[in-house]
This record gives sequence, C-alpha cells and structure tokens, in this order.
Amino acid sequence: MAANRIRSMFPTAPRKGETFELRNGLNSQYSHERKEAIRSTIASMTLGKDVSALFPDIIKNMATSDLDQKKLVYLYLMNYAKTHPDLCILAVNTFVQDSEDPNPLIRALAIRTMGCIRVDKIVDYMEEPLRKTLRDESPYVRKTAAICVAKFFDLNPKVCIENGFLETLQEMIGDSNPMVVANSVQALAEINESDPDTNALQVTPSTLKKLLMALNECTEWGRVTILTTLADYRTDDVKEREHICERVVPQFQHVNPSVVLAAVKVVFLHMQGIAPDMVKQYTRKMAPPLVTLVSSQPEVQYVALRNINLLLQAQPDILTKEIRVFFCKYNDPPYVKLEKLEIMIRIANEKNIDQLLMELKEYALEVDMDFVKRAVKAIGQVAIKIDSAAERCVTVLLDLINTKVNYVVQEAIVVVKDIFRKYPGYEGIIPKLCQNIDEVDEPNARAALIWIVGEYAEKINDAGEILGSFVEGFQDETTQVQLQILTAVVKLFLKTAQNPAKSSESQQLLQTVLKNATSENDNPDIRDRAYIYWRLLSVNPDNAIARNVILADKPPITSTIQNLPQGLLEQLLAELSTLASVYHKPPAAFMEARRGKGLGVLMKRAIEEQRENAAENSIAAGAGGAQKSNIENLLDIDFDGAAPASAAGGGVGLADLMSPTVQSPVAAPGSTNLDDLFGLSAGGTGGGGGGGLENGFAGLDLGGSNSGARQQGKKSNQDILGLF
Amino acid sequence: MASAIFFLDLKGKTLLARNYRGDIPMSAVEKFPILLLEAEEESSAVPPCFSHEGINYLYIKHNNLYVLAITKRNSNATEILLFLHKIVEVFTEYFKELEEESIRDNFVIIYELLDEMMDFGYPQTTETKILQEYITQESHKLEIQARPPIAVTNAVSWRSEGIRYRKNEVFLDVIESLNLLVNSNGNVLRSEILGAVKMKCYLSGMPELRLGLNDKVMFESTGRTSRGKAIEMEDVKFHQCVRLSRFENDRTISFIPPDGEFELMSYRLNTQVKPLIWVECMIESHSGSRIEYMLKAKAQFKRRSTANNVEIIVPVPEDADSPRFRTNIGSVHYHPEKAAIIWKIKQFGGGKEFLMRAELGLPSVKEAEPERKKRPISVKFEIPYFTTSGIQVRYLKIIEPKLQYPSLPWVRYISCAADYHVRLPEPTQT
Repeated sequence: MAANRIRSMFPTAPRKGETFELRNGLNSQYSHERKEAIRSTIASMTLGKDVSALFPDIIKNMATSDLDQKKLVYLYLMNYAKTHPDLCILAVNTFVQDSEDPNPLIRALAIRTMGCIRVDKIVDYMEEPLRKTLRDESPYVRKTAAICVAKFFDLNPKVCIENGFLETLQEMIGDSNPMVVANSVQALAEINESDPDTNALQVTPSTLKKLLMALNECTEWGRVTILTTLADYRTDDVKEREHICERVVPQFQHVNPSVVLAAVKVVFLHMQGIAPDMVKQYTRKMAPPLVTLVSSQPEVQYVALRNINLLLQAQPDILTKEIRVFFCKYNDPPYVKLEKLEIMIRIANEKNIDQLLMELKEYALEVDMDFVKRAVKAIGQVAIKIDSAAERCVTVLLDLINTKVNYVVQEAIVVVKDIFRKYPGYEGIIPKLCQNIDEVDEPNARAALIWIVGEYAEKINDAGEILGSFVEGFQDETTQVQLQILTAVVKLFLKTAQNPAKSSESQQLLQTVLKNATSENDNPDIRDRAYIYWRLLSVNPDNAIARNVILADKPPITSTIQNLPQGLLEQLLAELSTLASVYHKPPAAFMEARRGKGLGVLMKRAIEEQRENAAENSIAAGAGGAQKSNIENLLDIDFDGAAPASAAGGGVGLADLMSPTVQSPVAAPGSTNLDDLFGLSAGGTGGGGGGGLENGFAGLDLGGSNSGARQQGKKSNQDILGLF
Repeated sequence: MASAIFFLDLKGKTLLARNYRGDIPMSAVEKFPILLLEAEEESSAVPPCFSHEGINYLYIKHNNLYVLAITKRNSNATEILLFLHKIVEVFTEYFKELEEESIRDNFVIIYELLDEMMDFGYPQTTETKILQEYITQESHKLEIQARPPIAVTNAVSWRSEGIRYRKNEVFLDVIESLNLLVNSNGNVLRSEILGAVKMKCYLSGMPELRLGLNDKVMFESTGRTSRGKAIEMEDVKFHQCVRLSRFENDRTISFIPPDGEFELMSYRLNTQVKPLIWVECMIESHSGSRIEYMLKAKAQFKRRSTANNVEIIVPVPEDADSPRFRTNIGSVHYHPEKAAIIWKIKQFGGGKEFLMRAELGLPSVKEAEPERKKRPISVKFEIPYFTTSGIQVRYLKIIEPKLQYPSLPWVRYISCAADYHVRLPEPTQT
C-alpha cells in the first residue's frame, strides 16, 4: 500500500516497466501473447501489485471463447470494477451476451461475475439476464442465479424487490433440483436477515414440506442451510415440531460435523414442549454425535466444545457418562485443552470424581502455565460442587502445594480460600499455606492468603507476625491486596481484643495500617474503607457494632462454576454453531452496530478502500486511456491535485466518506467495553466508593465470582443510595 | 458465510486472496498477524476464531500456511472452519501438497476452484472428483468447452453418469484405529475404537449398493438372532451418498457410491477392550547421572494373529547421551532429535511377551528448569485380518438395474494404533 502511494506521487513513465510490457501484451495481435499477458496481470494482482491501470486493456480481451481466459478477465473485473466504474459499462455487453451462451458454464459465470461487480450502474443491465437465468433450463445456472439475487439485493434492494425477484426465489424453493432449493433458501435467508421487513423467507406448511424433502438430497452445505432455516423457524404446533425432529434426526449420522451440529440445533430447539418420552429419546440420541464431534479437526472441536458447554448449562445431564471422552490428549492444542476442562467440571459427579481428580492432578503437573492453573482451579470447583469429594480434593491440592512449583502453589491458595468458605474444618492446613508466604507474588494469591489469615486469625498463632510483615510493605501492594490487609488487620484486632497477650500487638498493627491507609494513600477505595473501619471502631468501646459488621457470617457459596445468565443462555442456544455461541456473547456485542438500513461502517470502509485505490491510480489510469500522454502533463495534474475525469467521482466519494470512517474505531469497541463492565467481578478495582463500601461490609471481595456476591453488591449499593 | 478467504504465509503476508462480498476492507488482513501475536502473548491458548473491531477472523494452519476467512456477520463458525479444511483437502488432491510454493505455482486454477467452491461467501461444490471433471490443469481447447457435469447440482452430486469398467470390482477395507490412554499406574483411562469402512469402487453405470454388517441394533429391530457376535456401534457417520433416513428407519446402509476411493462410513465404540499391546515401564534414575528404562511389551490378542511394524516410542530426557540397549527382539535406536528411544519389532506374535532395557547417560550440567512436559510412551502397530470390535461385513449387494453385470467385492480387515499412549511413571531414585 505504502509503496503504491509513493509510486502514485511520482508517476513513472508508462513507456517502460512491467505495466508497459503487460499493456503491450494485452494489445498484441497474437492470441497466445494476449492470454499470457492476462495471466501475468493476474499474477501481479495476486502478488498485491496494483494493476488497475490496465483496466481498459483487459476489458478488450473479454469477448473470447477461451474459457480460461474469460475466467481470468472476469476475475480481474471483479477486483478492479470499483476503480473504473465508468468503464464497467463497456463490459456489460459481453456479460449480457455470455448470459445467453449455449454453454451453461459460461451463462453461470456471467451472472455470477455480474453480481460481484459492485457498481450502481450495472443494476439496470443486470435485471434482464438475471430474470432469464433464474428460469434457465440448467440447474447449475439456476443455482448460481439464485445467489445472484442476494447480490442484487445487497446492491439495490428497491430495484430487486420491484423486479419481483424475491417472489421468483420463493417459487424456486419448490424447484426440482435440491441445490437450487438450497441456494434459493440461502439467498432468501440472507435478504430476510438484512431487511426483516421484506418477509423474504416465510416458512409455511408447504415450504416446510419442500425443505424437508430437499434436506435428504442436497449437498452437505445445502443441508446446513436448510437445517439453519429450520432451526430459526418457530412454531407452536407440537405436531409440526415432532415432525421436524423426526425428519432431522437421521442427519445426526452425517459425516460433516457442521451438518451434525446444525441438526442438533434443530432438534434441541424444536423438542421443547413435545412429549416427555420423546424428549428423553432425542436427548439420548444427541449424546453420541456430540461426543463424535470431539474427535473432529481441532478447530471444529473447539467450536463443538464451546457449544457443548452451552448445551450442558441448559441440560446438565446429557453427557454425564462420557467424561472420559473429554480427557485431554497430550498433543491437543491448548485452546482445546482449556475447553475440555470446562466441560469436565460441568459433568463431574460423585461417580466419576475419582477418575477426574486423578486426571486433574496429572494436568496440574504439566508445563503449560495457563493450563496448569486452570486445572488447579478446576479441582477447587469440583470440591465445591461435590460435597463428598471435598476432602479428596483438599488432599490433592496439598500434594500440589508440596510440589513447590510457584504458580501451582499460588493458584492452589486461591482455590483453598473458596473451599474454606464452604467447608469448615480444614483450618489444619493453614500453617502449610503460610509456609509459602514468601513465594506468593500474584495479587490474587496474596489477597487470598491474607483473607485466610484474617478470617482465621484466632486459630493462627503468629497471625500478628504474618500480617505485620504485610503491613510493612503496605504501600507497595496492589489495591486488591491493600484492601485485604486492611480488613484482615481489623479482623485480627477484633478477634484478639480479649487476649491480653496479643491485643497490644494487634492494636499497634491496626494503628499503623489505618494511618497508612488514610493519610499516606491516595486511593479513594482504600481511604474510604479505612475511614469506615475507623469510625466503626470508635463508636463504642466494646466494638459490638464493628463485630456485627466485620465479623458477620458470610453467605455460603454453592458453586464457583460460572454460568451464563439465563436470558443470554437462551439467546445463545438459538445461535448454536455460530460465532456468538463460540464467543458466548450476544451477536450485538461483536457485530458492528447498524442503524437503519444504511451501509454499515465496515462496508463503507470496504468501498472507500477500493475508491482510494482508484484515486491513487487515477493518474496512471488516465495515462492508460490516453496512450500517448507525456510526463509533464501528468506532473501538472498531480500538482493541481485534480484527478482526471474517470476518477473524479472517486475523489468526491472519498471526501464524503471521511467522517464516518473517523468514527468507526470508536463505534465497535464501545459495545465491547460495556460488555466488559458487565463481566467485572464485584471485587474488581474498577468500582467507585460504592464498590469499596460493599466490599468492606461483606468482606467478600475475593471471589466475587458467584452471583450471591454480585447480588449483595447491588443491594448494598442501593442501601447506600438510600442513605443519600 | 465468509466475506473473503486468504492464504497467508506464517508471517501473515498474503499469498492469494479472494474477496467474495466486498463488505470488509481487504486491508483487515494486515491486522491478523498482529492480533495473533497479541493473543499469543496473553495466553498460550489462542482460539481459532476471534473478533476485532466488528471483523471476525477464523483460521486454520496447514503446513507453512494460514488459511483465513473473515466475516462481519454472526456466521456459522463450524461451517466456515470446515470449509477451510475442505479447501485444504481439495487443493491437496489437486496439487499433491498444499504449501506456499503450490499456491504461487497454481494461482490460476486456485482462483477457478475458489470461484466454484464458494459463491458470495456460501459454500457450493466441494467434491474433488466432480470439480476435476470441469476444472482441469490443462487448458481447455477452443473446440471442446468444458460444461458443468450434471452431478454438480444433482441429488447424486458425487457421481457422474456413463462410467464404464471392463471388470467390475469393489474393495472394502475395514480399518479400526485404537485410541488408548493408560496412566502410570497401569489403569486404562480411555479406550476407544474408531472404525472406518473405506471403499475403492470400480463399477460401471449407476450401481445401487447395500452393505450388511453384524449390527446389533439391526438384529434386534428385525428380531433375528445372529450366529456369532453382533456389535453395538455408538455413533455412526456416513458419507453423503448413504441414505440417512433409510438407515434411521431400518438400519439399512444403501447408497450409490462415488467412483474410486472414498470413506463410506465411520463408527465409534467406547467398549472396554483389553489393550492389544500392553506396555509396562519402569524407570530408575541413578543419582541423576544415568537413567535406566525397563520395558515389558505383551501382545494380548489371539495366537493366530500377528502385529506388524510395532514401534514403541519412549520419551527420554533431552540431551541424554551414550545409550545402551538390550532386548530379546527387534531393534532399539536412540533418536536425540525426538528425545526418544524407538523400539521396533517387525512381527509381534499374539500372546508373546518381550523385554527391553535401555540405559542412558545424563549430562552433568542441567538446565535450571527441569523438563516437566509429560510426554507419554506411544505405540504403533498394525494387525491385519483382525478387528478389535469384531465387526463383520455380512454382505455387499451390488445392483446396476440397466447393466446387470456380475461384480466382485473384496473385503479386508485391519486394526491399528492411532492415539495409543501409556503415561510414564516417575523415576525411582537410587
């Protein structure tokens, strides 16, 4: 690109060099030389060189009976049409002729290419050929023309509708040829998606019948199209839903995983509300194909695993017997391994827990740090999920802590903190955790450890000493850790108040930390919390209120496995197999926002990119048009900044489009940020004073991952608002 | 639906691209290597699809290439990723090997194929055999213009009409690959049979085939009692030529086959079977200067069968030296480049048991971080005339209504190891 730009600033003489040679070749009197020149032009195009200046010369070679040559010329036209919108009209004649060629391959090629030439003027010339090819005797031409309607609609919806092409497509759902049916459905689905007001794709009982007929006959990709349409179709008629399920189930046996997943989607969505024993039967039938998806290509596996994750959140019991399938192979790509872990913890139960724990321990001793940490976390998650397994999990975690591998120990500490919150009686392992205090450097782990020390201060002999060392380095810690130190010291103080041997030490600590946090710290969260503690502690001498607030019982946690909110989950289940189901985000979160029916920002940028290329090459192109121009003239034009006639349109367009482009980078991330905010855990550092307060009261800021904490967060926020 | 497809080298430079929809600036591809790098820095697990500024990138890696699709809609990710794999498959059949060089050398035909395989971002025809009928490497002569084969759009989109053979033959290969994972205590964690029925069809006309297997579900539904064993396949996948609704109804496998080689079906069995070749390993580490491996391999199948080309690959520490081996069969070699010793046994008779001892020296200077990547022992073998599951072809009926020729079906069985791993135990210190 940059090279092109520089070149266009200093146009070289078109009399020598590659372009000149190619132009000579294209205008040669010998057909083999012309063909070779076309080939070379396409080769240059492939290499990313800009050969749009040859447009007029290429177009002369369009009318040929050599199919290969024609294909190359057409390819060139598609790529560079935007650079010479005016000259495209010259090509129209050949297109129209070709669309009536006796060879169906050429008819299809003409109509396919015509639709890809995104120049407004072409619309008028396309109507007739499109109408004819839609009724062509060859199914190959018809299936190409069907897709072309979608292209036409994309270019000019109004004219497309006026010409009745949508009705023609709707009729073509009844075509005798399965591929024509599939492409017509595809085109209608796309039109319907880009403008729902068109009601382009309406599934009626008769179309449903046709779709189900074609399903068994069309190609794998056609099946995906039809299945997707069936999945999007909503009906309250239970009989109809049963019928759809019955007809779609055989597709579970298709070799193509996208057909299988699309079929699973249809059955999953339509079986809701049909007879319970049928639901059971279909659910049972769904499991083996889902399992087989896990042995497809790794990338496809990844999509399948993300989808299985969603299905399990809706129906936790569909794969409980299949846990072994999700065991990681040592050569699985990391992204597959992590997803398998997510699935494993979801289908963990009392029967398979022993096996699973052995596996998880094995993973925790691997080398890939992300994977190891996730495996350790998984051990904690199953400990909380399955009561009877807690003890075994703690044993495994202790073994892991004994390995002294730094990141394993740290992750284990974070996990143990959650276990403490659910199960009492494991305080015995605290000394073991504290042995590793010096190596713990990750904020999460440090915070977890300090929380444990504060929470069990009365049971840890040297709690004062441990916290003392943290208080010394208070100012160097991250916010998360500072908050924990603060809370832990206050807890220690309250718990040792009656113990004469320790009370003076803890009082000393308390004073240091409160002073540090209020006068030497400029973080509002920390200052606020410190002040609140201070006030609480100075209200009454025996600190009854402070006790009630700070040492209050915490609500027990029931699960640390994150589930999507119900609404989002339902939305995503209807999007199985799509990108949304992979990202676990609603489409709106990653798609550019489209207001009204105008072109999207990306589309504008795409068009602008082509126009820009056109403008850059306008000079060269102008030179091409006037074969004998001289260099001085060209230089003049360049200094004036005015483009030759053929590109003037492009220049204006560029200016028009400037403003929307500037906005583009802002628009897209905006929505993502919002999403991120929602995802922030309650204990995150992003909150204002309210967030800090909430943490202080609940003493819960560590996990923050369970919904309980979040709800509580909301509640306390409201309370605080009420105060004002 | 994909907006554009790119072939990139490993640095992210575009080798060839096809813009199908013109709704995304093609310069978006320049961001791809940068995004990939950023993601790699953040985590070791970079997923095969991600989104950036409203553009979704879906890619696969093949040899020294990235094949990338971009889209701005909430497209079907499974379909796109599979289509990318399909591109690789078709191009590999066209050019033998798909890599940087073959892209450069064949750009004309690649554009033609991309045009035929996808239209406006929607996958179209991806059957290599049919594509080869009208998209060929030799340029078309002026007189005879290629025409789209009827098969492209037909219900039978995988077979052309008018195929003729002098001798009508069908070869059926039943191949069972075994996936096995044994942990270091000798417990089988996972054992799975992935079976495939591959066919080579050299039949004239449009033959109707019907394949009968000893399928338990079919025996049960038809109420017939089978002589001998029937097997229960957990999941079956069929080539698109098989009539799926027919199978769903009465478990009949009926189809019009493609011409030549193809995979008719694959199936999966999760049943616990005795591992065919059992490997036990003990490791002794002598004060960190020498390491000793003791291996026992046992063939746990019937005496009349033989496993061929058995390879037992044992990972050893990097930089091990001065290897010494002792075994009562086959050959053992040290492969430093793989950090493994490979024990090869040409023929391993059923019921036999063999031993191997290996001793390697360890370098005195060790790396600070000990290698903890746990590679398992891998085992490779093939056992002809034998299937682990006991699957059997009961019949293969071939009927060509018009030509009515006699035909010969040939059936072969073979079992082999696929992901067959035994985890290494911790070395005992002496």
